[in-house]
Amino acid sequence: MAPFVVYTFLGLGIPTLVVIELAFRSDQGRLTLHNLSTVAQGSYRLGFENSILLAAITSVLPGILGLALAYAIQTSHSGILRRLVATASGVLANFGGINLTFIFIATLGSTGVLTAWLNVVGLDPWHYGFNLYSFLGVAIVYMYFQIPLMVLVITPALGGLRPAWREAAENLGASSFGYWRTVGVPVLLPSVLGGILLLFGSGFAAYATADTLTAGTVTLVPIQIGEVLNGNVISGEQNIGYALGFGMLVVLSITMIFYGLVRRRASRWLR
Amino acid sequence: MASLIPEVAYEEMLGGVPEVQGEPQRPRRPRLRLWRGIVLLLAGVYFLIPLYAGLRFSFQNDAGQFSLYAVKAIPSQTGFSAAFFLSLRLAAVTTVLTIVLMVPTATYVHLKLPKLRRVLDFVTILPIVIPPIVLILGVLHAAPLWLRSSPYLLSLVYVILALPFVYRSLDAGLSAIDLKTLVEASRSLGGKWISTLWHVILPNLRAATLSATVLTIALVLGEFTMASLDLWTTLPVWIYQFSQLDAHIATAVSMLSLLGTWVLLTVIISVDRSQSRRTRRRTEAL
Repeated sequence: MAPFVVYTFLGLGIPTLVVIELAFRSDQGRLTLHNLSTVAQGSYRLGFENSILLAAITSVLPGILGLALAYAIQTSHSGILRRLVATASGVLANFGGINLTFIFIATLGSTGVLTAWLNVVGLDPWHYGFNLYSFLGVAIVYMYFQIPLMVLVITPALGGLRPAWREAAENLGASSFGYWRTVGVPVLLPSVLGGILLLFGSGFAAYATADTLTAGTVTLVPIQIGEVLNGNVISGEQNIGYALGFGMLVVLSITMIFYGLVRRRASRWLR
Repeated sequence: MASLIPEVAYEEMLGGVPEVQGEPQRPRRPRLRLWRGIVLLLAGVYFLIPLYAGLRFSFQNDAGQFSLYAVKAIPSQTGFSAAFFLSLRLAAVTTVLTIVLMVPTATYVHLKLPKLRRVLDFVTILPIVIPPIVLILGVLHAAPLWLRSSPYLLSLVYVILALPFVYRSLDAGLSAIDLKTLVEASRSLGGKWISTLWHVILPNLRAATLSATVLTIALVLGEFTMASLDLWTTLPVWIYQFSQLDAHIATAVSMLSLLGTWVLLTVIISVDRSQSRRTRRRTEAL
């Protein structure tokens, strides 16, 4: 136990505390709120708004799609399908950054495979103002790891939905709709919300994919932190990066508080 | 990048519902089957087309014709082997550190401090909340210089990134075995703690440890954020830099690392399943 406590304190606790502390320090080391007030306005504020919007889109939509996919797999009786999706989800949920960027450029880039197919039927998305290297493009690409993540998170909860409950409901005269309204949805809802909140965190924190796809041209907080770290910053504002990091931690802490609340409700049924 | 797996669901996905042999007890409703078909089709389209596109691009030359040149040219590219072996070394160190740190911790908590499981649950989910980019910001400021000049600083941080799913995988594995009886049997036969861990617990956690290992390796081989900001040319960073020179070769490396991980994971899970089935049959025969 002791090695674990020491390790996580050194590797997780100290770096986080350092970021929080430096967010309140000027470059000369004095206590200040200047960094925080700077990141609350202008392009930094826009970064936060964009990041939150992106995280919201890429958590709700993949959350629903991931749930549908997991349910389809769970209720099918094919062991091979289940194994395939299980391993694929594990790999794809960790698949991001540069590798993901490449295969999407090969798919939906201006000369990509899907673009070419759509062009044949006269629906080339690039003619209709679509741009892969934009906010919308990043959102589409994020779904590629967000959906598998949702499948991984929600499958245990679906497994907790006992067939016996359905049979009991049917024996008591419930229709399929009635079963879902009174049993299925109330049991699953906390787990689904918890999954969506985790996806929100994951989408909010993602850096590599957005950075490599757009070469840093989309205004998102993680990309702005990356710029600061790479030295692209006005002098006298070196600690802006820490203030941005602190802002991210605040948003994610709020997410985690909600996660903790729904998680407590969800665990009631997962025995 | 989503370098996290909050719940490792293989066990649940693979073993949760028993495989139905032959006809299911109840005729399947046609509406459900149609609905399932649509969902699976859409998922297949969304997930397979990019894979196909990536593969096709890897097997093409600049003129757009089929060619194996990109795949064949990979090993001889400047910097590739250095980056590849750096990533492999980081993966090995990270995996060993993670297992050495987490197997005893998870076992000890399960055995002696079950009340702390909730705390451990919370602590190991923190790396999901704290974005890698924020973590590396703090690490680069707080780490002493001798450590910052070593690539293995990355390994130390990757252990933290791997915690969420490694712990959950081990936790699920430990819940599935009768830990107390096993440990008591081993201890009463005179086994020391270390040998109990090594000879009794680890073999019983084989599946959990293996899948945690594969996912840790996948994480290390794909991690870009921290490596690039720490200025080490690991495999993903090399791919990014090299893509400006030859996008076909860079994509081929990406595809190989993705498919390699997938195949490895599938093989490990299948081997483990068939092995446990054989053991079960043998015990039944006795």
